Amino acid sequence: MTLARNDLAVPAAPASRWQFDAKALIAAPGLVFMALAFAVPVLMLVGDSFVDSQGLSLAGYRKVLGDPYYIGIIGNSLQLACITTGVCLAIGYPAAWALARIRGVWQVILFALIFLPLTVSIVVKTFGLTIMMRRDGIINFLLVNLGFIERPMRLVFTEFSLYFGMVNVFLPFMILPLYSVMRMLDPRLMDASASLGAGPLHTFLRVTLPLTMPGVIAGGTLVFSISVAAYVTPGLLVGDRFMTMSQVMAKAYLNIRDFQLGASMAVIMLVISAALILASSYLVRTPGGEKR
Amino acid sequence: MALFGSLFCRLILGLVIVFLFLPILIVLTVSFSSSAVFAFPPPGFSLRWYASLGNADSILQAVWLSSQIAALSTAISLVLGTLCAIAITRGMIPGAKAVATFMASPLMLPGLVLGIAFLQAARDFGLRDTYTTLLIAHVVITMPFIMRTVLASLSLFDFAMVDAARMLGRSYPAALWTVLVPNILPGFVSGGLFAFIASFDNYPVSIFLVDVRTKTLPIQLLNQVEMSPDPTVAAISALLILGTIVALIVCDRLVGLKRMASI
Repeated sequence: MTLARNDLAVPAAPASRWQFDAKALIAAPGLVFMALAFAVPVLMLVGDSFVDSQGLSLAGYRKVLGDPYYIGIIGNSLQLACITTGVCLAIGYPAAWALARIRGVWQVILFALIFLPLTVSIVVKTFGLTIMMRRDGIINFLLVNLGFIERPMRLVFTEFSLYFGMVNVFLPFMILPLYSVMRMLDPRLMDASASLGAGPLHTFLRVTLPLTMPGVIAGGTLVFSISVAAYVTPGLLVGDRFMTMSQVMAKAYLNIRDFQLGASMAVIMLVISAALILASSYLVRTPGGEKR
Repeated sequence: MALFGSLFCRLILGLVIVFLFLPILIVLTVSFSSSAVFAFPPPGFSLRWYASLGNADSILQAVWLSSQIAALSTAISLVLGTLCAIAITRGMIPGAKAVATFMASPLMLPGLVLGIAFLQAARDFGLRDTYTTLLIAHVVITMPFIMRTVLASLSLFDFAMVDAARMLGRSYPAALWTVLVPNILPGFVSGGLFAFIASFDNYPVSIFLVDVRTKTLPIQLLNQVEMSPDPTVAAISALLILGTIVALIVCDRLVGLKRMASI
C-alpha cells in the first residue's frame, strides 16, 4: 500500500566485508518459501510460454503477435490504461492539491474519505456501478430529471460506463501519491513566483508542476499498471464488446484451455509492467523529477 | 486569481468524494430495498435481504473460507516476513536491498499473471488440494505488505535494546520476543490489517485456484453478480463495508490512520 514511494526502508550495507553469522538463518524460512512459492512459479510461467506439445516453440508468441485480433486486444488494454490514467490525473491533480492545502481536522476527515473507498472490495464497487448504469438506475434517473435527456438510455456495456467505472475504482491511487508529494511543498514558493511577476499559468508550469512531478510519475505508474491489468471492472461493465489482455488470459486458462496462448499473453503483460516500473524509477532519478 | 484557483480545487475535491462514494452508497441503498429489482429510487425499505443471508449457505461458506485463508496467510507472513526483515535490517545477509525488493515484489506484478503462475505450478507439482494451494498463494500475496511495514518499523528500532536484553541473560529468540516484538507492534497491526484486507479481497489470484466447492468470497460474489445478481449480494457487501470501517477505526485508535496510509 505504499503509494508514493517505491523504495523500501533498508539501511545502507555496513562497510565491512560480509561474514556468515548463524543468526542470518532466521531469514531462511521466508526466503526459501518465497523462492519456491513465488520465484519458481513465475519463472516456470515464462518457460511455459516458449514450449508447446512438440517442445521448444514460439507458437504462442507467433499466435499473439502475428494476429491482428490479439494485437487489437493488446491495443485495447493500453488504450484503457492510457485514458484511465489521463482522466485520473486531470481530476486527481486539483483534488489532491485542495487536500494538501486544507489544514486541521478537515484534512484528516477528507483524507479518510478518499482513503476509505480504497478498502472496499473492487467486486463490491463494480457491482454498485453496474446497478448505477442500469436503464432504471441513478445515472439515468438524474439525467432525465435534470432534463439532459428525454428517455433513459442504455449505459451498461458502453465505453462511457467502462471509463466511468475505471476512474471511479482507481482514482484514489492517483490522489494519494500526489497528495503525499504536494503536502511537502512549501506554499511560499508559489507566492514567491507570483511576487516575482509570474502569472498563474507560468507559476504552474515552471514551479508547481516540476516540483510535484514525482507524485505525477508515482501516481501515473500506479494507475497505469493496475488498470492495464484490470479484470473485474472491464469484465462486468463492458464484457466481451471490449476484450482486454486480462480477459484473454482468464479465458485461455478457465474456458478454452489454450495454456500457451495464456502464458504468452501473461509474459507480454509482465514485460509491459516491468518496463513501466523501470521507466518510472528512471524518471524519478533524472533531473526535473528528482527523488525526494 | 489564486483564490479562484483554490476554490476550484476544493470544488473538484468535493465532487471527487461524492463520485467515489456513489457506488458504495448505491450498494447500501439496494441492500435495504424492499424489491428484488434494482430500480432507483427503491420502492420501500426492508431488511429481508439481510434476513435471507441466513439461508445463503454458499455465501456464508465463502465468508468462512476467506476469513480462514486471510487470517492464516497473514499470520504466516508476519512470522516469516519479520524474521527475514530482521536479517535484512541488521545486514546479516548480503545484498540486503535486493532481498528486500524480492520479498516485496509480488505487489508489483499483475495479479492475474501471479494467479496463472500459481495455477501452472500447482498442476506441475501435483498439488491438488485447493485449500493448501490458496493458502500458499495468499502468503505470497500478503508478504509485501508485511515486509514494507515491518522494514519501516525496524528502521526506527534501536537494536542495542536486543543486545542489552541478551547481556542480561536472555537468549536471542527470547530477546526478540520480549523486546523487539512489543516495540514494533504498531507496524504489525497496520501491516497485518492491510495484508488481511489484501487477502480477503483478492480475486485475480484466487480466480484461478478455486474449485466448485471451495470458493473465496470475492469469487463467490463475482459469480453471483455475473449470473443472478440479487440484493442478497448487496446485503453481504454492506456488511463487508461496515466490517472494514470498524477495522479501520480500531486501527486508527491503535496506530493512527495517517501512519497506516503512508506505510
